[in-house]
Amino acid sequence: MDALKELYDYREMIFSLVRKDLRGRYKGSVLGFLWTFINPLLQLVVYTVVFSFILKSNIERYYLYLFVALIPWIFFSSSVTGGSASIVAQKDLIKKIYFPREVIPISYVTSCFVNMLLCFIVIFAVIIFSGVGVNPLALLCLPVIMVVEYVLALGMALLASAITVYFRDLEHILGIFMMAWMYMTPIMYDKSIVPEKLLPIFNLNPMTHVIECYRAVLYYKTMPDLNSLLSSCILGIFFLILGSVVFRKLQRHFAEEL
Amino acid sequence: MKQEEIAIEVKDITKKFKIYYDKGSQLKEKLLFKKRSRYEERLVLKGISFNVKKGEAIGLIGHNGCGKSTTLKLLTKIMYPDSGTITMNGRVSSLIELGAGFHPDMSGRENIYTNAAIFGLTKKEIDNRLDDIISFSELEQFIDNPVRTYSSGMYMRLAFSVAINVDADILLIDEILGVGDANFQAKCFNKLREIKASGTTIVIVSHSLGQIEQICERSIWIHDGLIRAEGIPKRIDLEYLEFMGQKLQENTEKELEKKAEKNKENNASKAEESKTLTENKVEPSEEEVKEKNRWGNGNARITQIKAFAENGKEQRIFKTGDKIKISIDYSVKKKVSDAVFGIGIFNRDGVQCYGTNTRIDKLNEFDLEKNGCAEITIDDVSLLPGEYLIDLAIESEDGIPIDYFREAYKIEMISAVGDVGIARLKHNWLV
Repeated sequence: MDALKELYDYREMIFSLVRKDLRGRYKGSVLGFLWTFINPLLQLVVYTVVFSFILKSNIERYYLYLFVALIPWIFFSSSVTGGSASIVAQKDLIKKIYFPREVIPISYVTSCFVNMLLCFIVIFAVIIFSGVGVNPLALLCLPVIMVVEYVLALGMALLASAITVYFRDLEHILGIFMMAWMYMTPIMYDKSIVPEKLLPIFNLNPMTHVIECYRAVLYYKTMPDLNSLLSSCILGIFFLILGSVVFRKLQRHFAEEL
Repeated sequence: MKQEEIAIEVKDITKKFKIYYDKGSQLKEKLLFKKRSRYEERLVLKGISFNVKKGEAIGLIGHNGCGKSTTLKLLTKIMYPDSGTITMNGRVSSLIELGAGFHPDMSGRENIYTNAAIFGLTKKEIDNRLDDIISFSELEQFIDNPVRTYSSGMYMRLAFSVAINVDADILLIDEILGVGDANFQAKCFNKLREIKASGTTIVIVSHSLGQIEQICERSIWIHDGLIRAEGIPKRIDLEYLEFMGQKLQENTEKELEKKAEKNKENNASKAEESKTLTENKVEPSEEEVKEKNRWGNGNARITQIKAFAENGKEQRIFKTGDKIKISIDYSVKKKVSDAVFGIGIFNRDGVQCYGTNTRIDKLNEFDLEKNGCAEITIDDVSLLPGEYLIDLAIESEDGIPIDYFREAYKIEMISAVGDVGIARLKHNWLV
C-alpha cells in the first residue's frame, strides 16, 4: 500500500517522462508529431493494397479487420519489447538517484498507450469515412478493453524490464518471442480457422481475448463477449501482480547490476 | 530522552559487492564461461549502526573506499543493505548527483520541472517553488534558454537550486559543496544553515573537514566498513587527521623502500658494467642528476644525508613540532682547514624558511682531515604541513663553497592542527 502511495506521489515524474518520450519520439523530423498519425495511415494503405490486390482474403473489409486488431497489438508488443529495455536505458538515473523504480516501465507503457490512443483517432476516421459506422453502446466497452490491455501490458513490461537487467539477452529473445506470439493470436486471421487441438492454447493467451473484444466493438459493432472480457481481465490482473512482485524483488539490486 | 524523535535509524547494516573478474550477462557467456564469471565478494560495510535525531546534522568521514558513500547510497535507497535495517522518517532529498535527468535541449524552466519531478514533487509543489528556485540560481535572464547553452557553473547552480529547494525532512549530501564561484558557495552554505535551523536532518559526506565542523554536531568516522569513532567533529577530525598522517608516512616509507631496492639493483648491475668499462665511474646515476645541483672545489664531499626522529628512527615525514636530527656524512679528498657547515630549508615555493651555519652559530671552524659525520639537531621544527627541500653545504671560512648541495634532501611535515602560514609561532591567547 505504501508503494502505491509513493507511486502516486511520483505521478509528476511519470507525466514528465511520458511527455518527454512523446515529444522526443519524432524530434528532428520535418513532420514531427504528425508522424503519429501518418504512420498508421501509411500502414493501412499498405495493408489495403496487399490484401485487396495480391493476397485476396475472403473476409469482408479485411484491411479494417486487420487494422483494429493490429493497432492494439502494436501497443502491446512495443510495450513489452521496448519496456524490457527501459530500465537498462535509464541506468544513469537509477544509479544516481532514488525514485520508485516502477516509474520507468509505467511511463514507458503509458507513452505507448497514449500513442495507441492517438492511432485510434485514425481508426475512427477510417470507420466513419468508409461508412462502417459505430455502435454507441458497444463503444462504451472500449475504454474497459483498453484498460484491461494496459494492465496486461504493464504487468508484462514490469516482468521483462526487471529480468532484462540481470539477463540482457531477454531483450533480443523477446523480439522473436513477440513475433511468435503475434502469430499465435488471431490478428491476421479469424479464430474460427484455428484447429481444435490448438484452441486451449489460444484460450489461455490473454491477447486472444483482448483482440477479439476490440474486433467485436470496432469491426462487428457488437457487445464484446463477456466471457472473453472477464478472462482477459483476470489474466491481466494476474500478470500485473506477478510482474510487480517480481519487479519489487529484483529492483533491490538494480543499482549494482547496471 | 525518548521524546526526541529519531529521523534515521541504521541498524547493523552490511553490504557486499561482487567484483567480477570478467563479467558476462549474456546467456552465451553465462553458459559457456561459467567458470569465467567468477567473482570476488568484497564486504564494504561490516555492520554499521547509528541513529540520527531529528534536526541533527552529522558528517561521515573516512578515507577513499571506506564505505561512507555506500552508506549514503543505502540511506537514499539507491541500493539496499544485505542485512540490517534502515528506517528513514520523512521525505528524503539527496544532493548526491546533481542535475539528474536534465535534458540539454529543454529550457532551464522545463528542466526544473523534470528534475523536481524526479525528487517526487507534484506539479503544484513545483509551481509554488519555481520563483524561489530561479532566484536562488541567479539565472533569471537565462531561464528560458536551453540548458545546453549554459556554462558548467550555471548548470550546477540550477541543479543545486532545485535539489536544495525540495523541502525535505532529511537531506543527504555527498561532496557537492564545491558548486559555482565563491559567492555562490557561500550562499549554498548559508542556505544549508538555514535549512538546518528549520529542523531538517542533514547527513554530509565530505573530505572537507572544515565544512563538516561548521555544520555538523557529530562526526562519524568510518574505517574499513566499521565505525571507528564517533563524536564532536573537532575531536574526531583531529583523530582522523592524525591517523591519515601516520598512514601517509607508512605509505611513503614503503615507496621509498621500494625505490631504494630498485636503485640498489640498478646500481649493482650498473656498477658491474662500469667496472668493466672504466674504473673511474662509480658514482650512482641518481647522484649524477643531483650533480647539477651541487658545486664546489670538491676537496670534501657530502656522501650521505639522513634525517632521524626523536626515537632514532630514520624517516622523512615529521609532525610539526617534532625534534629532527639530520646527519651529514662527508668524505675528504684533500685536507680542508677552517670548514663551515651550513643548512638551508626551503618550502615548495622556493621561500627560504630557515638557514644557518656553524659560523653564524659561532662554532669554531673545523679542520677536515678524514671522512666523518656532522649532525644538526633541531629541537622544535615548527614548519607547517608541506614538503620542504633542504640545502646542505660545506664551505671554507671565507665563503668559498667546497661542496654546496642544493635540494639535497626532502622532508615532509604533517599536522592535525589547522593553522596556516609557513611556521607555527609559539603563542598564547588571553581573551
